[in-house]
Amino acid sequence: MALQVDLEKKLAEFTLAVSFSAEDEPLGILGASGAGKTMLLRCIAGLEHPNRGRIILGNTTLLDTESRVRVPARKRRIGMLFQHYALFPHRSVGDNVGFSLGRLPVAERERRVRALLEQVHAAGLRPRYPHQLSGGEQQRVALARALASEPKALLLDEPLSALDTHLRSQMEAQLQETFLAYRGPALLVTHNIEEAYRLGARLLVLSRGRVAAWGPREEVFRRPPSVEVALLTGCKNISRARAISENAVEAIDWDCRLRITEGVSGAVRHVGIRAHHLDFTKYPDGGTNQENVQRCWLVSFSETPFRITLFLRLHKPPDESGHHDLQAEVFKENWERFRDRPLPWLVRLPPQSLFVTSQ
Amino acid sequence: MAPLEVADWSPLWISLKTSFTATFITLLAGLAAAAWRGRHQGPVVALVDGACLLPLVLPPTVVGFFLLLLFGRNGPLGRLLVRMGATVIFSWPATVIAAAVVSFPLMYLTARAALEQVDSRFLEAARTLGASEWRVFQRIALPLAWPGVLAGAVLSFARALGEFGATLMLAGNIPGRTATIPIAIYFAVEADDMTRAVAWCAADILISLALLGALYYWTHARGPARWTRR
Repeated sequence: MALQVDLEKKLAEFTLAVSFSAEDEPLGILGASGAGKTMLLRCIAGLEHPNRGRIILGNTTLLDTESRVRVPARKRRIGMLFQHYALFPHRSVGDNVGFSLGRLPVAERERRVRALLEQVHAAGLRPRYPHQLSGGEQQRVALARALASEPKALLLDEPLSALDTHLRSQMEAQLQETFLAYRGPALLVTHNIEEAYRLGARLLVLSRGRVAAWGPREEVFRRPPSVEVALLTGCKNISRARAISENAVEAIDWDCRLRITEGVSGAVRHVGIRAHHLDFTKYPDGGTNQENVQRCWLVSFSETPFRITLFLRLHKPPDESGHHDLQAEVFKENWERFRDRPLPWLVRLPPQSLFVTSQ
Repeated sequence: MAPLEVADWSPLWISLKTSFTATFITLLAGLAAAAWRGRHQGPVVALVDGACLLPLVLPPTVVGFFLLLLFGRNGPLGRLLVRMGATVIFSWPATVIAAAVVSFPLMYLTARAALEQVDSRFLEAARTLGASEWRVFQRIALPLAWPGVLAGAVLSFARALGEFGATLMLAGNIPGRTATIPIAIYFAVEADDMTRAVAWCAADILISLALLGALYYWTHARGPARWTRR
């Protein structure tokens, strides 16, 4: 079943104008907060009314402003997982999950509720009330409740953002499992880059209400179509650029020439590289003959438990401004190997890791 | 007259009967109006809003006067009723009408506030789960707003119990039929029967205290506190 969306909705700051489709696989919707992600889900669910557009799910037209079709939310059969789960506080877990099964005979309903709770590993929670549940448990129940109505599409709004780190990975595994078993388009809104990548086979990047990128996740990360998408997908190093030949650019901000593997057109505007792609290999000959190798000085660094982020300045020692050109991310064991080398270090920007954008 | 020698308990029963009936009517009407109000917007709503609140700001005698015009023999509703063989004024139903009209704004206001307080995400979640608007109201909005609605009912009951001006205008003082406690107090004082006046005042205070207790119980002990997060 396919979900086709093409809509426009005027918001206070900008107009949400998106067009995309989703097949039977999870689509991660990534964007900064306030980019219109939640509004997009609400429009698809029928909780908000777009000014113009069309939403088609399978063979059913849910919305067509031209022919004045607007199926109300309750008839859309779209399951929605709200950001803070919105479990009905006055009803037990069993009643929450069984809410959409009101028409079934009691015995059948009970059986279904039990099966759904088992599916999300929450069988024991049935008699409890939402306020007696932990964040992770609430999410499992909300997921079971959304699945109970046998939705033809599943919309998840920041499903993991309300959870602490250790629960997050646990619930992420739960979502993976649910997605695998689910037949239908699943849209997952998040502002967490890694979460979007792990859960969404395809990615849609939203920026101020517009689709900034849309495609298979590897593609979006490997070749971001714009600086904006590069930044939104976590790229730290971007320089203005000018094409100088078919496979070389001049990086203006980094004041160097770089060979790249992609074919370069005259329209190149920027060149970028992700922080963990920078290479600090030691060269026996001093590195002068290596391509894309530059001298650099360490400006500062910051540590996380397993990795270290280095802020580097190219060509010159750091000055008072603390300005840095590149940000590199390396594992600590690697860092131990070259931290005592005398400055300047040599940093290589591997051609296969560089990408260029023309927007 | 000796104090409770000729104990006429009828004002108590009339007052309770009138207040309960009036509260029942206000509860339904106030809820319906509040629910309708929550789903509509625009100038018509503002107008209805104003009309609903009018009995709260007008002096009860003014309300009673208008009710008299409306239900009197020559009033539009009164004539209709006469044709159906019924007179409302100076009868027990008149005490109910007066009490209901005067206490309606309290019910309407509290019910409206209580329904507005319900987090719209719960209603939206119910809609995405296939619930009709009626089911959303009945299963989600109303139960979540219930403590507030109940508080409104208690307030309405208290207001109905204390109703004097409009009742006197529309229902008069017919002992055993339309004489409620406040009216009994007024005419006891008028007749210089202080013992009787004090007795009825005490009865009124007791009922009011019981109501306050009930109000506290419903809004605190059994109220939304039950569902708050740990």
